[in-house]
Amino acid sequence: MPETTSLGSGGSAYWTVGDDIADTAAPDGPIETRWDRRKFSAKLVNPANRRKHTVIVVGTGLAGGAAGATLAEQGYNVIQFCFQDSPRRAHSIAAQGGINAAKNYRNDGDSVYRLFYDTVKGGDFRARESNVYRLAQISTQIIDQCVAQGVPFAREYSGLLDTRSFGGVQVQRTFYARGQTGQQLLIGAYQALSRQIDAGNVEIHPRTEMLDLIVIDGRARGIVARDLVTGKITPYLADAVVLATGGYGNVFFLSTNAKGSNTTATWRAHRRGAHFANPCYTQIHPTCIPRSGEYQGKLTLMSESLRNDGRIWVPKTKGDTRSPDQIPEAERDYYLERIYPAFGNLVPRDIASRAAKYQCDDGRGVGPGGLGVYLDFADAIKRMGEDKVREKYGNLFEMYDRITGEDPYKVPMRIYPAVHYTMGGLWVDYDLQSSIPGMFVIGEANFSDHGANRLGASALMQGLADGYFVLPPMLGNYIASTKLGSVSLDDPAVTSVVGEVTGRLGRLLEINGDRTPDSFHRELGELIWDECGMGRTEAGLRKALARIPELREEFWRRVKVPGDSGELNQSLEKANRIADFLEFGELLCIDALHRAESCGGHFREESQTPDGEALRDDEHFAYAAAWEYTGGAPVLHREPLQFDYVHLAQRNYS
Amino acid sequence: MNLTLRIWRQRGPEDRGAMVTYELADVSPDMSFLEMLDVLNERLILEGEDPVAFDHDCREGICGMCGVVINGQAHGPRDRTTTCQLHMREFTDGETIDIEPWRAAAFPVVRDLVVDRSGFDRIIGSGGYISVVTGSAPEAHATPVPKDIADAAFDNATCIGCGACVAACPNGSAMLFTSAKVTHLNLLPQGAPERETRVRDMVATMDDEGFGGCTNTGECTVACPKGIPLTSIGNLNREYLRSLTRR
Ligand SMILES: Cc1cc2nc3c(=O)[nH]c(=O)nc-3n(C[C@H](O)[C@H](O)[C@H](O)COP(=O)(O)OP(=O)(O)OC[C@H]3O[C@@H](n4cnc5c(N)ncnc54)[C@H](O)[C@@H]3O)c2cc1C
Ligand code: SF4
Ligand code: FES
Repeated sequence: MPETTSLGSGGSAYWTVGDDIADTAAPDGPIETRWDRRKFSAKLVNPANRRKHTVIVVGTGLAGGAAGATLAEQGYNVIQFCFQDSPRRAHSIAAQGGINAAKNYRNDGDSVYRLFYDTVKGGDFRARESNVYRLAQISTQIIDQCVAQGVPFAREYSGLLDTRSFGGVQVQRTFYARGQTGQQLLIGAYQALSRQIDAGNVEIHPRTEMLDLIVIDGRARGIVARDLVTGKITPYLADAVVLATGGYGNVFFLSTNAKGSNTTATWRAHRRGAHFANPCYTQIHPTCIPRSGEYQGKLTLMSESLRNDGRIWVPKTKGDTRSPDQIPEAERDYYLERIYPAFGNLVPRDIASRAAKYQCDDGRGVGPGGLGVYLDFADAIKRMGEDKVREKYGNLFEMYDRITGEDPYKVPMRIYPAVHYTMGGLWVDYDLQSSIPGMFVIGEANFSDHGANRLGASALMQGLADGYFVLPPMLGNYIASTKLGSVSLDDPAVTSVVGEVTGRLGRLLEINGDRTPDSFHRELGELIWDECGMGRTEAGLRKALARIPELREEFWRRVKVPGDSGELNQSLEKANRIADFLEFGELLCIDALHRAESCGGHFREESQTPDGEALRDDEHFAYAAAWEYTGGAPVLHREPLQFDYVHLAQRNYS
Repeated sequence: MNLTLRIWRQRGPEDRGAMVTYELADVSPDMSFLEMLDVLNERLILEGEDPVAFDHDCREGICGMCGVVINGQAHGPRDRTTTCQLHMREFTDGETIDIEPWRAAAFPVVRDLVVDRSGFDRIIGSGGYISVVTGSAPEAHATPVPKDIADAAFDNATCIGCGACVAACPNGSAMLFTSAKVTHLNLLPQGAPERETRVRDMVATMDDEGFGGCTNTGECTVACPKGIPLTSIGNLNREYLRSLTRR
């Protein structure tokens, strides 16, 4: 194991430190007018010329769907990709709770400034003020756009839009469509995109996966993709490339993400020169259905609203295997109510998650493998009556019953935290351009707006803001201000990438070892969950960093991928994604090791307040960490963060 | 529990395909149906066989990617449940389970249990939208929508595009799917300007794509995991007739 010479951000055997970087695209001056001024200074592409420009958009989630539709409406020639069989199935479809917007329809004191303030603070002061302010400004336009598209948001009897509060903020700014907000917003974007596909403005490639990026003369000029049905590998060329490929939560194997969510597009782009920022900022959601056995392939999120009426407890005795109704009141520990009397069961996501982990680590967990805590509605049923509980939570109880076969009206639910969202992602400037000119990154795939922790209902907002409103003018600016030479398919820079991609798939098929791809994914996921999950320590991270390269080596020696590459081969798809997770996982742990402070979703056990709260170290870590790929130890570039409007302060929930 | 699985294996669109029998032991009743297939596939890989190809992604019943015919029923025995949300406790020890792809003229088999549902995308592309260029939308509260209309639109908008309705229909008709979208958009004031062209164009595409006609068997709505009702088809028919009188 390599020896580390120093800790903190000063470099070690695991990484070196390069020059600081700056977001040179962001305007300064009054924050309220920065976005207007940036748009005004942007160069425009003459509408008649737009058809001559081709843009590749990878991904059809909220970010990619919105971007593809909008760019096509503006006249660009769009080529778009997704790995599912239809653009309508992107993972955004699964979002439940809602989308924030500073409409202030309730006259409850909301404003653009308050949404900005809440987001910077919620992100634990690790996001850029300029970006967040713009996001809050655009939020109101998103709701207008979606309503005009026919998104059936919840309404009041007046016919006006209903809103609710979400994620601990004090205003009701969350718009929702029952528990299916993501679905409804995505279908809106998908329909707009479908209209452009039908009009011939977007060439859509479903069941097609981007496997690499083509960079020519330092600029992103295309991608190499595999048709998942025929296996054919094809290079696609363009004037600019947009990645909208979602988050990397599945590096943990078990998460609430869709099974196909992966990091291949972003990781391959990183290997071609795009900095990866803050990978260690991952969000873990406290109320998921625990795993029921070894075979489990994915975890299901249950709305956080359950914590409003459910009481969380574990048996006081370790290893107590009695059924919950056999455990008398005096032998139960309602630990959140005990440790955080002021907030009780409603402490923020990360605190609730960690507390559950500590109970289980300590042997008090319940259910299979002791990885669960009770969320008990018995008192709520006594207090409000079963009908009221049913009215409030009926659909969630039904979902729980369907999955576990247990009736939560009679038996307490079992819950356990699970990975849910990734704040880190490819580094982008204010224009959403990555460190490779001509490659833009939008949605969960970038790192831009949520700092170290995302507030509920803000991912949908960011994806749509990026796709509908921020990317299109900034992409136009790039095209208008850049003189792009022509490239051809037989350019060596193109054929060499095609060769590398083909070679790699061939190697995966040749190994013919004795372990399945999933078995590696599971093992990697468990390691990362244990050492780089809810709580992280220097010793644990070093352990993970020692093990990951071994596992990677083993993967390339022992993985077994049946079939061949010229056909639909789901094992090959998986193995190729896992190979990238095995590289990415190491960067995740390096970032977590280097950031010796706790902030947001990144909890370093060494850095906490006496009552177990995350303790930031603003003096040393008030920066975004942008990592450069070298093939060996990555290079850290710091982008210092400045807070001119929202003043740095520690969180406090006790 | 121990199960006998009879699974449709078909290497590609040109291949004839056949049912192949597999014995699977030690299946936990807490497994989802797809996790059960995962376990089978892990074994097949190690035995050097090609795993069974099937579509899935969210595994939460919302993306619409999964879907197989289980013992003759699209999405299996449980009401209002997608294949990914179905659990093995719905089956009994020693049972034989037949697993087949969606079968419909307009959904050709790609491989094993995977079919091509892109016809649905083309139906939407031909009119299943409201034409609003990004940035041109009026203030959201400019047009209030009565709650009952909004709720009915929402109920129809919950369709996940899985295709079970087509698979369950003896005619392979896409009426339930198409009617859900027409009803969602035509109910809303925002959808009114394109009300006639929408329904005409979508119905025409439905026919062009090779989906069959509707003979009111109602199988679609029984199979639909989202409970899209037959009344939506009635509404589609009314909208269609109305559009013909207003050319
Ligand atoms: C269960 C759950 C509930 C959530 N609830 C909420 C909520 O209530 N509110 C909220 O604001 N946020 C919520 N989120 C977060 C939010 O849903 C996501 O962050 C957001 O939808 C991501 O959108 P996206 O467009 O960036 O990516 P995605 O929707 O993940 O889309 C990624 C796209 O990229 C494509 N793709 C990926 N890789 C490749 C490749 N290599 N080649 C080709 N195509 C590729 C995929 O096919 C897909 O089309 C939730 C998340 C989860 C998991
Ligand atoms: S109508 Fe029902 S069965 Fe048909 S595609 Fe939609 S959700 Fe699936
Ligand atoms: S996998 Fe998404 S609905 Fe079943």
